[in-house]
Amino acid sequence: MDIRVLAIVAILYLGTIGYLGFRGYMATRSTSDYMLAGGSIHPYVMALSYGAAFISTSAIVGFGGAAAVFGMGVLWLTFLNIAVGIFIAFAVFGKRTRKMGHHLQAHTFPELLGRRFNSRFIQAFAGVIVVLFMPLYASAVLIGAARYLEGTFAGVSFEIAVTLFSLLIAGYVVAGGLKGVMYADALQGSLMFIGMSILIVFTYVQMGGINTAHRKLDQLPADVEAGYQELTPTLRALAPEGLDDDALLGWFTEQSTLFRGANPFEDEEARAAFDAEHPDALAIGGLLEAHPVLRSKLAIDQLRRGGFQGWTRMPTRGSSMFYVLVTSIVLGVGIGVLAQPQLAVRFMTVKSSRELNRAVLVGGVFILFMTGVAFMVGNLSNVWFARPENGGTISLASVPGGNIDLIIPSYINSALPSWFGAVFMLTLLSAAMSTLSSQFHAMGTSIGRDVFERGILGSYEHGSTVIITRIGVILAILVTVVLSFILPAGIVAAATAIFFGLCASAFLPAFVGGLFWRRMTRVGAIASLCVGFGMSFFWVMFVQMPSGRLPAILANALLGQPTLLPDPVMGIHWNWIEALVVCLPLSALTAVVVSLLTQPEPDSHLELCFNGQKSTSK
Amino acid sequence: MFGIEDPGIWLAYLLIIVSTLVCVVYGIVNWNKDGHETPTEEDVEWAKTEDKIGDEL
Repeated sequence: MDIRVLAIVAILYLGTIGYLGFRGYMATRSTSDYMLAGGSIHPYVMALSYGAAFISTSAIVGFGGAAAVFGMGVLWLTFLNIAVGIFIAFAVFGKRTRKMGHHLQAHTFPELLGRRFNSRFIQAFAGVIVVLFMPLYASAVLIGAARYLEGTFAGVSFEIAVTLFSLLIAGYVVAGGLKGVMYADALQGSLMFIGMSILIVFTYVQMGGINTAHRKLDQLPADVEAGYQELTPTLRALAPEGLDDDALLGWFTEQSTLFRGANPFEDEEARAAFDAEHPDALAIGGLLEAHPVLRSKLAIDQLRRGGFQGWTRMPTRGSSMFYVLVTSIVLGVGIGVLAQPQLAVRFMTVKSSRELNRAVLVGGVFILFMTGVAFMVGNLSNVWFARPENGGTISLASVPGGNIDLIIPSYINSALPSWFGAVFMLTLLSAAMSTLSSQFHAMGTSIGRDVFERGILGSYEHGSTVIITRIGVILAILVTVVLSFILPAGIVAAATAIFFGLCASAFLPAFVGGLFWRRMTRVGAIASLCVGFGMSFFWVMFVQMPSGRLPAILANALLGQPTLLPDPVMGIHWNWIEALVVCLPLSALTAVVVSLLTQPEPDSHLELCFNGQKSTSK
Repeated sequence: MFGIEDPGIWLAYLLIIVSTLVCVVYGIVNWNKDGHETPTEEDVEWAKTEDKIGDEL
């Protein structure tokens, strides 16, 4: 696609969002106007606004690409997205959050926790966690968008794509995009819905329908194996004599790795030297070029060593792929959504519980068409890429460097009509912008309101902290951009899962207890927050290997080893397990035990939290 | 089911459809439940502060 198309689409997009945002803003000039207005906001608007903030380029590009590798087991995440992220979040958490948020005059998630437990520490500490760690998630969203630009426009490198998108974000923020006009968000949600609907219909139709497409995907590993077996005599002719099947595959893998490691050559001289030294590797390189099925075989063999059993099967129990899929991708993100600071505050902006009941309908269908479509398309992209006319390899082998974040962009650009590229760019622009604006809003208010006003100054009575908040937003954007440049390739899904897991471990017990358990005490909440965050931080930094292969950050940097727990303990490879699975139960247990051992909160405060009184606070 | 043999996979596919339908039915059945509440003083105060925070951003 031409880069000028990008410019035109981006300008049209910003103009339309700006115009509709302005119209929506003029129609309901302020939240207070909306609250006082006789009518009610359409549930479609509320649900799509929430959904657009929830679903980002991380979900579509990052997790869609992960689905192409992990298989259809990723669909369990879609189930949790709908059952937990929409149904439980709206019907159970949303109503209480809205009421308690208004009773306590809370405007940020840390403020809700802080006021519920009457603790300045909780608000400030939760605010610090949001400020320090949300850039990781924001960078995952930014990388997801940049990978699409990189894969779509010739001559646009990842670095240029990140820079272009950062400028777009800056323009969006300057234009007032953080004001969170629900109509603008809902429009973005609508664009996402249209784009993803076209994508799934096109994908299933061109593969012969739902059941046929699934059967083709089921058959794919056997097809690749058959192709490999056909070429085995050719490989045997090149290999040392006397190798059995396993040894032959091992030799083939070794020579391929050698060939790929030497490519691309920096100059002709280096190439000639390599050719002379490794004639087998050179011959294998020629075979890989001539027979793409061999590249698929290598990729599938690599996945099988991690526990892969096919795209229509769950990975082998106890394998690294199984643990990463179940604990990190499915549970980490599926449960972590309940304690997302930028999403929880959305419930407070609706006028009554009725809006939340109605929004469940729209939200459920919306999420089905977001992650459900992205994950299915990621899986089915394997069938498309494996066709001889489309390259003949599975998705993982068809993208540069095996970067899974490039799979969805590559599929969109090669499988779908070129006009859809522009439509999908609108889809992704919307997905990225709506999520990023909610994230920067959360980070900005956490810096200004939670950390600076409440944490450092001690109250909201010290006048405006507008400058602090704005500087905070600028810093948050800069950190996000820097992280986008330094994070490793294929990191989008892992980075998102880490942030979701961290939020759940740190916040969820205090949030649930705060909303539903009067006996939960301030000390219990503080202990839970500290244990949840402390344990998660330790686990992510020293134990957990993201995606089952990347080293734990501090274990690698300080101790020079990928994890503190390289060997199984009690038969479990803990280094493959998401922090949430270990830390959330500990955090929840801490909350219960410490609360029961400490004095209950005063009745007057609980009455204010649960039933509301006239508040005198700002 | 759905051209998939592994129950661990088709069950997820089925539950996605069922959970979406549950959301749709819940929305329809409770469309007018928890009816429109007249904004209280605290609702209005909350909204005004929210406006101020939004303007400052």
